[in-house]
Amino acid sequence: MIKAHQVALCALLALSSGPSAFAAEAAGMVKVAKGQVSIERNGKKLPAMVGSLVEVDDRVRTSADASVGVTLRDNTLLSAGPNSLIVIEKFAFDNTTQDGNMSIRVRRGTLSVASGKIAKRTPESVDFHTPTSVLGVRGTEFVIEVEGTGDE
Amino acid sequence: MNKLKVSLALAALLMLDGCASERIVLLPSADGRPSSVVVRDASGEVVLSQPYAGVKRSLSTNTPYQSAPEEVRERFALALSAQPPRPSTYVLYFESGGNVLTAESQAALDVIRKEIAERPASEVMVIGHTDRVGSVGDNDQLSKVRAEGLRDQLIEAGVQADKMEAVGRGERDPLVPTADEVDEPKNRRVEISVR
Repeated sequence: MIKAHQVALCALLALSSGPSAFAAEAAGMVKVAKGQVSIERNGKKLPAMVGSLVEVDDRVRTSADASVGVTLRDNTLLSAGPNSLIVIEKFAFDNTTQDGNMSIRVRRGTLSVASGKIAKRTPESVDFHTPTSVLGVRGTEFVIEVEGTGDE
Repeated sequence: MNKLKVSLALAALLMLDGCASERIVLLPSADGRPSSVVVRDASGEVVLSQPYAGVKRSLSTNTPYQSAPEEVRERFALALSAQPPRPSTYVLYFESGGNVLTAESQAALDVIRKEIAERPASEVMVIGHTDRVGSVGDNDQLSKVRAEGLRDQLIEAGVQADKMEAVGRGERDPLVPTADEVDEPKNRRVEISVR
């Protein structure tokens, strides 16, 4: 009887907590990490190391002497220099159809980008943001620098 | 007096230049193909379409300028040096109709296994394809069988299963476009992308 109640309660909890109960699908993986690099997720600060998963809504932060390289699932290469704060605002990629979209924000610091399969197939669904501008890409490699102390 | 004004103005300009709050520079693409970045802000857009074409932002305006490899090295060296290794793609071919690799492709598997082992935190995407002999549905199935078969071979060769994903794209993405029902060896393939 107690067991049945527990099962029912668990089922209810699982239903009520919705999608957040499941791990978000990874957007990419850390392939290079030098110095102090962290990933901020749901208000928690996690150390980032080679092999760490990067998810949508993650904020990737490097300290003064640090740098980090991430490969997204569509083969986009992102790498950030010291004192950088990069936010993975959107990322979706379907391996079978190759459809997807991404939106990456540079709050501050330096970011180098080599775009991947989404930019090749549907460039209009890829954008990069600085505090003042939006970048659209057409099969591209580029660098972005944002000075200042933007922290949000 | 005038001279002083001019040099003050110059100094101010130089300072503004140094005060650029944002900077974007297009780099040459790795495959040499033309590429571009469009930078939009509240007042309009700037298109960067030549290597080292850049935009600098100061006084709330995006101003186009020509950057250079030296400047990019100076400002972006650490970001660029942290760039992950480029993903590499291998294409393996099958004998007609089934799940048996050609002899050359069988031999290439060893090279792939080695690369997977050597890359930091490697991940592998196996994508199966077919030619256009047979129905679309059967080919979706066959392409999936080919991809999963290859994934299993890599697992047997010692690659961790959780690094790998296998998908089938059927006949919808031919390497060589053909009419329906054409036996085309180049389309009976599996792409392995290692990143």
